[in-house]
Amino acid sequence: MTLSMPATKFRFTFWKGVFVVIMLAGVYATWVRFRYGLGASTNLSDQFPWGLWIGFDVMCGVMLAAGGFTLTAAVEILNIKRWHSILRPTILTAFMGYLLVCAALMYDLGLPWNIWHPLIMRNPHSVMFEVAYCVMLYTTVLALEFSPIVFERIGWTWALQAVRSVMIVFVILGVILSTLHQSSLGTLYMIMPNKLHPLWYSPLLPVFFFISSIAVGLAMIIFESSMSSKYFGRELELPILRDLGRVLIVVLTIYGILKFEDFFHRGVLKDIFIPSYEQRFFLLEIFLSVLIPLAMLSFRKIRDSAQGLYFAAVISLLGFVTNRLNVTITGVENAVGGRYSPKWTEVVITAMFVALGFAIFGLAARYLPIFPEEKAHAPARKKPEGVRSEVPELVHAGD
Amino acid sequence: MSYGILYDATLCIDCKQCEQACATENGLPYDDKIAEQNYTSAHKYTTVLAKDDKFMRKLCMNCDDPACASVCPVGALQKTALGPVTYDKHKCMGCRYCMAACPFSVPKYEWDKAVPGVRKCIMCAPRVAAGKPTACAEICPTGATKFGERESLLNEARKRIQDNPEKYVPHIYGENEVGGTSVLLLSSVDFTNFGYRDDLTQRALPMYTYQVLSRIPDFVPLFGVMLGGVYWITHRREEVAEAEGQERHNDGKGGAQ
Repeated sequence: MTLSMPATKFRFTFWKGVFVVIMLAGVYATWVRFRYGLGASTNLSDQFPWGLWIGFDVMCGVMLAAGGFTLTAAVEILNIKRWHSILRPTILTAFMGYLLVCAALMYDLGLPWNIWHPLIMRNPHSVMFEVAYCVMLYTTVLALEFSPIVFERIGWTWALQAVRSVMIVFVILGVILSTLHQSSLGTLYMIMPNKLHPLWYSPLLPVFFFISSIAVGLAMIIFESSMSSKYFGRELELPILRDLGRVLIVVLTIYGILKFEDFFHRGVLKDIFIPSYEQRFFLLEIFLSVLIPLAMLSFRKIRDSAQGLYFAAVISLLGFVTNRLNVTITGVENAVGGRYSPKWTEVVITAMFVALGFAIFGLAARYLPIFPEEKAHAPARKKPEGVRSEVPELVHAGD
Repeated sequence: MSYGILYDATLCIDCKQCEQACATENGLPYDDKIAEQNYTSAHKYTTVLAKDDKFMRKLCMNCDDPACASVCPVGALQKTALGPVTYDKHKCMGCRYCMAACPFSVPKYEWDKAVPGVRKCIMCAPRVAAGKPTACAEICPTGATKFGERESLLNEARKRIQDNPEKYVPHIYGENEVGGTSVLLLSSVDFTNFGYRDDLTQRALPMYTYQVLSRIPDFVPLFGVMLGGVYWITHRREEVAEAEGQERHNDGKGGAQ
């Protein structure tokens, strides 16, 4: 290793064990998926062509990566300098998120080796075509936004300067592409007015997907910063998180009000109070994503405390994950007449990508200059014993 | 000129010869077991449903403005000028958006294959291109399934309802559903008895997404300039503040004015 960090002995711990088990199961599930096809590896059917891999790995994966464009817009375009120190870990989260989405797509597509087809076979009337281009282009932009971190690490000053001189172009391009991509995942469902339940089908679907992605982006930064501080022994950027918490209040309120107005104008407000299968899932979603976090954050004590912010953010994240799963699965179940729940192989693959996400973040945080004031925090990193015993698989996964 | 199929359920005798002919035409297996399956699948593109003494066919409606063709990112599904909606597996990447988008849930998938494709009735596109009727229409012994120009089939359907109003429900299924379909259905009982929804929009579904997608080319340059402008202002403000601070310092004033 080319690192200044002291070499440590391999130690087997609980979390490392969990990681190994998930990866082994993931390898087996991968074999089943590509050897025997989607029928053998999933509970997908002619009724449910889309399941967990689209609902979680793609829909939520893209959503959870939204911190990238939210924060680059705030720091680079709005010039909010105070937030600069958390920009790199956020871009890392977004870049990794998009790479995992691409990997998950390879599992879900029936003919994944044809994934490049949209490059030469174009149907601009298709939302999926827009999605395909957004994924391709934004992943490229994220790679460029991420590249200074790598160039800095390997000492390519000339490349660093070259990328930096045109960075603002990529930043603007990234914000545009993200706006399009986040909203287009909602637009996908606009062609199903007779399939998606009225609690979710709305002409404003793209707007809801976009606004909620900003909320999720902010919540994800709070979550990721809290985890980093806990597991990498970094000082918590509490003043920044407090700022973000306040912005989150505004975004969640806008989202909530728009939801209400949309329901009111479409005349489906009553559906919220009539008990039904969909209504239960909707209530779960709206309480977790908007109402509980807003109630929590309305207390100064909670929105000023690290723990309060963390829990409000996590609850909101769970709520928006529920929202995406509701749109993909719950909302269409009645129309297609059936229920879908994922097969164990589907769950294992999804768990594998989540575990990989944590592991890659841990590795990158360790080997790349992700956190800017690294030198100031050197002491914290020089006593790795306490840190490592907590979440070793994150830190050690690739050793 | 656009062709279509008119299926008149009141003439159907449930002989299932259309199923057999469809299987033969598309190289699919067909036996007594498959004949009993009352649903369409990757190996059965059409089926005759029976409820009491009433019958109804299921097959791809071959919409005039099909959702499946509109949502396909690579154009694997195409609405041909002659009427059939065709599928090209060589283009397909297997995203299955067509299946999710189809209002009739027609496209089926080869779930058990490692190299799967979408399967559905393509209204015998090669036969139609060669000037022949579809296999199901050709074999039909009672004329329940009839092939022809959509417009003349529509007129004939209207005439049948008009001449025998007591025999039919006053609805040509497919005339206006999702903007109209190449396949038209007549029945003596409500279509919902056979799983045909009566609450489908009469608008062509692709318009729902195109009204959003068509804005993107306008949106991108405007949003780009806006973001660039904000960047300019926020950073310019900083430069000005710096320069002013410098001046004030030089003048020995400082502080706010």
